[in-house]
Amino acid sequence: MEIRTAKEGTATIVTVAGKLDAVTAPEYEKAISALIQSGDIRLIMDFAELGYISSAGLRVILAAAKQIKARDGRLAFANLSGNVREVFDISGFGGIFALHGSVSDALAGLG
Amino acid sequence: MAAALTLAATVANLGAALDFVAGQAEALGLSERKAARLAVALEEAYVNVCNYAYPAGQGDVTLTCAGDGEFFQVSLRDAGIPFDILDQPEPDIAAGVDDRPIGGLGGRLIRELSDRVAYRREAGDNVLTLAMRRERPEGQAGLD
Repeated sequence: MEIRTAKEGTATIVTVAGKLDAVTAPEYEKAISALIQSGDIRLIMDFAELGYISSAGLRVILAAAKQIKARDGRLAFANLSGNVREVFDISGFGGIFALHGSVSDALAGLG
Repeated sequence: MAAALTLAATVANLGAALDFVAGQAEALGLSERKAARLAVALEEAYVNVCNYAYPAGQGDVTLTCAGDGEFFQVSLRDAGIPFDILDQPEPDIAAGVDDRPIGGLGGRLIRELSDRVAYRREAGDNVLTLAMRRERPEGQAGLD
């Protein structure tokens, strides 16, 4: 797994590549937590290069969403495909989060 | 033909478990799409064993793969405390961010991603079997 972050105006785009599983999720959680703690609460999670997610990854996402909401921030997702999209749908995450087909759509959706 | 691998039930061995089953699935003709679904279901089942089967310490888990009929299947056998992940309460997947508890999705993912799943307690072991229907390659008639 590899994590990259980029700023776009007031938003922070976090791109994760590879697999988000029980082994790698703690490192992703650390990175996301650090961003939220430092006040980056307008987040876009870009999953264009993510090929796999399990409930360990979903856990990190839901915990982040709760923290961001408590701080009045915004969270959106971009570029979910295949397996990742399917796991989101089964878990109901497709219904409670804003999913976009591109980072620019997700940026526009943040408002 | 069945192939088996016994591992210490630790999250650190997750990659070895997934690699073993992916190799067997490919050799036994499971499609990539089905193998991807099975991988997530297997992780949920495997990590569940790691986290809950042996509260007093360490133990093993044996993965057995077979696939000579309609299904490719993998069984996870552990000698831990009785636990059926399929018998856990359904999470409320319509609940909003504030109301949703973190966790509790493993059983649902296993049920939804597998074509067939069964739990049994056998000779003091937990045995969870995940099965995926094998698809015939496009344009080939099968004789099974």
